[in-house]
Amino acid sequence: MTDATSSGGATPRHSSSLLTQDARTLKRNAAESRFRAYGLSAVVIAMLALVFLLGSILHNGSSAFRQTFITLDVYLDPAKLDKKGTGNAEEIRKVTTFGYAPLIAASFEKLFEEEGIGVEGISAKKAGDLISKEGAADLRRFVHEDTTRVGETVSFSFLASGRIDGFFKGRVTMESAERDSNVSPAQLMLAEQLKEAGHLKTSWNWGFLTMADASENRPEAAGLGVAILGSFYMMIVVLVLSLPIGVAASIYLEEFAPKNWITDIIEVNISNLAAVPSIVFGILGLAIFINFAGLPQSAPIVGGLVLTLMTLPTIIIATRASLKAVPPSIRDAALGVGASKMQAVFHHVLPLAAPGILTGTIIGLAQALGETAPLLLIGMVAFVREFPAAPPEGFFDPASALPVQVYNWTQRADPAFVERASGAIIVLLVFLLIMNAIAIVLRRRFERRW
Amino acid sequence: MYDAPNLGAKVEQKTNKIEANGVQVYYGDTHAIKDVSVAIESNTVTAFIGPSGCGKSTFLRCLNRMNDTIDICRIEGDIRLDGEDIYDKRVDPVQLRAKVGMVFQKPNPFPKSIYDNIAYGPRIHGLAKSKADLDEIVEKSLRRGAIWNEVKDRLHEPGTGLSGGQQQRLCIARAIATEPEVLLMDEPCSALDPIATAQVEELIDELRAQYSVVIVTHSMQQAARVSQKTAFFHLGHLVEYDNTSTIFTNPRDERTESYITGRIG
Repeated sequence: MTDATSSGGATPRHSSSLLTQDARTLKRNAAESRFRAYGLSAVVIAMLALVFLLGSILHNGSSAFRQTFITLDVYLDPAKLDKKGTGNAEEIRKVTTFGYAPLIAASFEKLFEEEGIGVEGISAKKAGDLISKEGAADLRRFVHEDTTRVGETVSFSFLASGRIDGFFKGRVTMESAERDSNVSPAQLMLAEQLKEAGHLKTSWNWGFLTMADASENRPEAAGLGVAILGSFYMMIVVLVLSLPIGVAASIYLEEFAPKNWITDIIEVNISNLAAVPSIVFGILGLAIFINFAGLPQSAPIVGGLVLTLMTLPTIIIATRASLKAVPPSIRDAALGVGASKMQAVFHHVLPLAAPGILTGTIIGLAQALGETAPLLLIGMVAFVREFPAAPPEGFFDPASALPVQVYNWTQRADPAFVERASGAIIVLLVFLLIMNAIAIVLRRRFERRW
Repeated sequence: MYDAPNLGAKVEQKTNKIEANGVQVYYGDTHAIKDVSVAIESNTVTAFIGPSGCGKSTFLRCLNRMNDTIDICRIEGDIRLDGEDIYDKRVDPVQLRAKVGMVFQKPNPFPKSIYDNIAYGPRIHGLAKSKADLDEIVEKSLRRGAIWNEVKDRLHEPGTGLSGGQQQRLCIARAIATEPEVLLMDEPCSALDPIATAQVEELIDELRAQYSVVIVTHSMQQAARVSQKTAFFHLGHLVEYDNTSTIFTNPRDERTESYITGRIG
């Protein structure tokens, strides 16, 4: 436009050669290439940042999926476990975890004698510290499962303690062990001897995905089991509540509600709700669901309800957009053959909008899965060792959640929790990736042309 | 306004299917249809012609209450189908639309199979008692829609995969599958090529035996070819309504004459 008006005068612009660019064209082309350069550099920076992020998470976190185990032949000594010699399961169950520690020490002693392993100044009892504090408890659980095994010698695989595990992952060195009250260089030497003798090895760690969280001083036993289950329960609650409510609300607002200032206000407010900081939803949940309705703290049901409130605006916005995108000719066609409004919507408009609704729902769920702040306020940050029961009771049992577990682990002092936190992030990212893949597959599958 | 000339000598024994008296339509503040009175006869093709924006489509959509879906649209006056006021409070537009079917400007098959496109209307109105009944209705409708031979081998393929002309005939077949008494067509051929148009026009002529057909068209040749009665709309007014031959050979209003000779519009 401006070109046309400015060239209206007697300027000899058009008489110049096509082979040379005039000043105006040069300027325009320069502006365009500058803009392209900005865009390209932004993309490159973003990609580098992403690669760096994923690289550092994978580098730190992948070791969480491998764990050092020490395999020992343990003699389940009846003299220690079944002092009365009755074989009564009840009596055997009464022995505490402390009662099992000598068994481990005894197997080290036997190992030292038979295979000539040993380091100056390390007694069999001290060698027992190579094994996680969880080890004795694991052994006790093993015996409880089948008390008739008392008196047998079993080959048992123990978790190595966090420091020993760290030594084989490069986190702990001889030098750092000098200054460490939890581990001595002599113990590390013993560990190396055990490794050479084939008693100690690093292998895949299912426990990271299945075990419950563990306390500060036994990072090797900490797992994501409760968090994964808690997150899963919450996602069920969110899906069951937010999908039908969200879709029904959008259908009503988009297709049935009269267009007036009240619906305008509602529409604006739904858009605004999607932008409300999530911690505000947490306070709302605390006030309504826990303080007012009296639901239990730390329970997946409360977490799910709070996340439902957060997810609803996302789902409603996505659903309304996909309902709007269905061409009006389809509604006309249905009404024209005598379908009622409801039939037109449910038989024709909704199926066409389904891919968009599903994508919106899964994106909303993915968002909810990664949400931390509101869960902190409703007590899901608590240290939970017990697995929640099966649904529906399990919805009311205390549980943790994946992002909260990450947050929790990053707070802990032991450096072994760094790999745990990164590992948990990997698990979270894998879940998000799976959900997005499902969204893409569903979209492809249901997408129809008209 | 001009009264329908159903007393003319050439008119056979036909009854008035739809009678509209003093119809006014407002879109918000816009007065779109101004005092239109028209009588549409049974077993007749009635064409509505006129320049764009003259209100012919709006008026057509009043006849089966499709304008109900537009919030700001307000209708006054009296439209009777077989003597019953279709804007009476007791009338359910869904029942009305089963009697007064509609075909739209752009072919709009449902994104379902050809079979389901046709079967949808009969299904929701409970016209078929069994699968065999439904199959029969589908075949009959497709035959009457003059598309059976082209689609009989691919009834379960999507209707959206057909060509434009086939889609429009599919839509016509879908509209007649519910056994309407009146068929409204809003520029049914505007998106079609001349060959498909000829097929649809032939079809319209055949449909006249069973239905009242009201067709909105921009093409005066089409109106002349397919219709027996023609109504000329201009700026929301019904200017002239008469036998098609009279309108095209001996119009009484000079606006009509200007339009059909191409001077306005």
